[in-house]
Amino acid sequence: MRAAFGWVLRGSLLGGLAFVIFGPLANLVLWAVAIQWYYPHKLPLTWGFKYWGEVFKPTGDSIAALGTSVLIACITVVVCLLLAVPAGCALGRKRLPGRPLILLILLLPQAFPNLPVYFNIARQFYMVGLNGTIAGVVLVHAAHGLVIAVCIAAAAFAAIDPELELAARNIGASAGRTVLTVTLPLAMPGVTASAIFVFLESLDEFTGTYFVGVPDVTTLPLVMFTASLAGNYQIAAITALVLLVPSIGFMLLIERFLKAETLAKIG
Amino acid sequence: MSDRRSAQLLLVAPALAMVLALFVYPLELSLVSAFTTKDGEPSFDNFTKALELYGTDIVFTFVIVTVSTLLIGLFAAAIGGYLVLGAHPVAVSVLKNLYRWPLFIPFIVAAQCMRTFLAKNGIMNNTLATIGLVDVGSVSGLLDWRGIIVTFVWKQTPFVALLVSGAMAALDRATVEAAANLGASGMRILIEILLPQVAGVMLVGLILAFVTMLSVLSVPIMISGGSPTMITVDMAFRVNSYSDYGVANALGFVSYAIAGLGAWVYLRRSVASDGAP
Repeated sequence: MRAAFGWVLRGSLLGGLAFVIFGPLANLVLWAVAIQWYYPHKLPLTWGFKYWGEVFKPTGDSIAALGTSVLIACITVVVCLLLAVPAGCALGRKRLPGRPLILLILLLPQAFPNLPVYFNIARQFYMVGLNGTIAGVVLVHAAHGLVIAVCIAAAAFAAIDPELELAARNIGASAGRTVLTVTLPLAMPGVTASAIFVFLESLDEFTGTYFVGVPDVTTLPLVMFTASLAGNYQIAAITALVLLVPSIGFMLLIERFLKAETLAKIG
Repeated sequence: MSDRRSAQLLLVAPALAMVLALFVYPLELSLVSAFTTKDGEPSFDNFTKALELYGTDIVFTFVIVTVSTLLIGLFAAAIGGYLVLGAHPVAVSVLKNLYRWPLFIPFIVAAQCMRTFLAKNGIMNNTLATIGLVDVGSVSGLLDWRGIIVTFVWKQTPFVALLVSGAMAALDRATVEAAANLGASGMRILIEILLPQVAGVMLVGLILAFVTMLSVLSVPIMISGGSPTMITVDMAFRVNSYSDYGVANALGFVSYAIAGLGAWVYLRRSVASDGAP
């Protein structure tokens, strides 16, 4: 009797949680396949993929924005890794002079709200002609992603056993060859995790692009935002679903890439 | 040896330069702009105007972010505790696969989900009406400050819960088992044994969540269009509609100040423990 009561309690709590987690997502999916839906009807009146054709029209704004988003995210990953891998390598080894101060400066963007910083960057970019350019948006995304990328890379390099590198040097490998054939391959899982993270952050980024990119650079989150505020819920829902795919995919795979402790550095 | 040290510094220099140029420098500009007039005279005018126009919003922002953080902490502790202490493997595994879904969902997508879910005619009201708890005709939905809190908690709880449950799983089980043998209830073990040991990790997770929420623009705009709203919306409005960087930066200073105590604790702990929380 008590056991049965326990299962009823657990079942209803987990059921409630499932409703809270999936309810909002289900509402999004409903809007993505609705053609007509208004109050007081609880479900869409007409269903179909009419708006999908509109969103995925090869000449449409959304496809162009998706292209821009992916382009920006790819360049951001390259820029971030070029900066983060050497920095992570140096920070991962404890010999760096002034390490606490450097760490403090690198962590600052995590500790303070970024929004006021973005519109001040936009103001500076405006003066040097970077506002409304892909380069400007990439710089803002890279600065934001850098903190995470450096932290993950530093953790990856710190976990490498220095004896392995010493062994390579002892049997005659040069310093450069040791880095390329021993250190970097060992740090690769961490570097890959940084890359995926920076890519996702850039793809999903809204606030920085809103101040620095508008009106010339339109990314998918901006298309979604504009559609939502204009009341085009179908368009907003479909573009939101496109943004959801990589996010959910990474959530399902996260434990293959990172331990929970490493995640702590991500925020 | 000193050559190798300067080589190490050279490796960090580009990343450091990036953060200095694109975070520290604009942060400094923002502080200077908050405390000067348009002609460059030092003054508190921006703050007087910001308080006069957006005083209510400042209070709202503080309340929304604080209440959200407390709820996130509460849910994260409950989820982490059940994952570690739960006696039923099936229920534990269901919870483990359930709670993480919003983890990487962008704020803007979460906002769009909630904009429809919490609306008068959204799935929430319609479901509650179907099981007879509310009458859709007479309720209005949650698209106001409450909706902002719901969205923040929905989006940010998985992150803190992931950290907390990871830290709890790494603890020594001996004390937990000893307490259980002495007859302590699960709730008591959670509050008196597990939570005190993961308090540091929990604190860092909550601070990061708190600071992030203070900086989100899409959620307040999309969930609650009307007044009162959060100061992120007011900052965007001052900049876009009036190019009034003075008042916007004064509001920015307010948000730094709200984040300040948490930021100090976070930076101290992170630097002391070498980048780990």
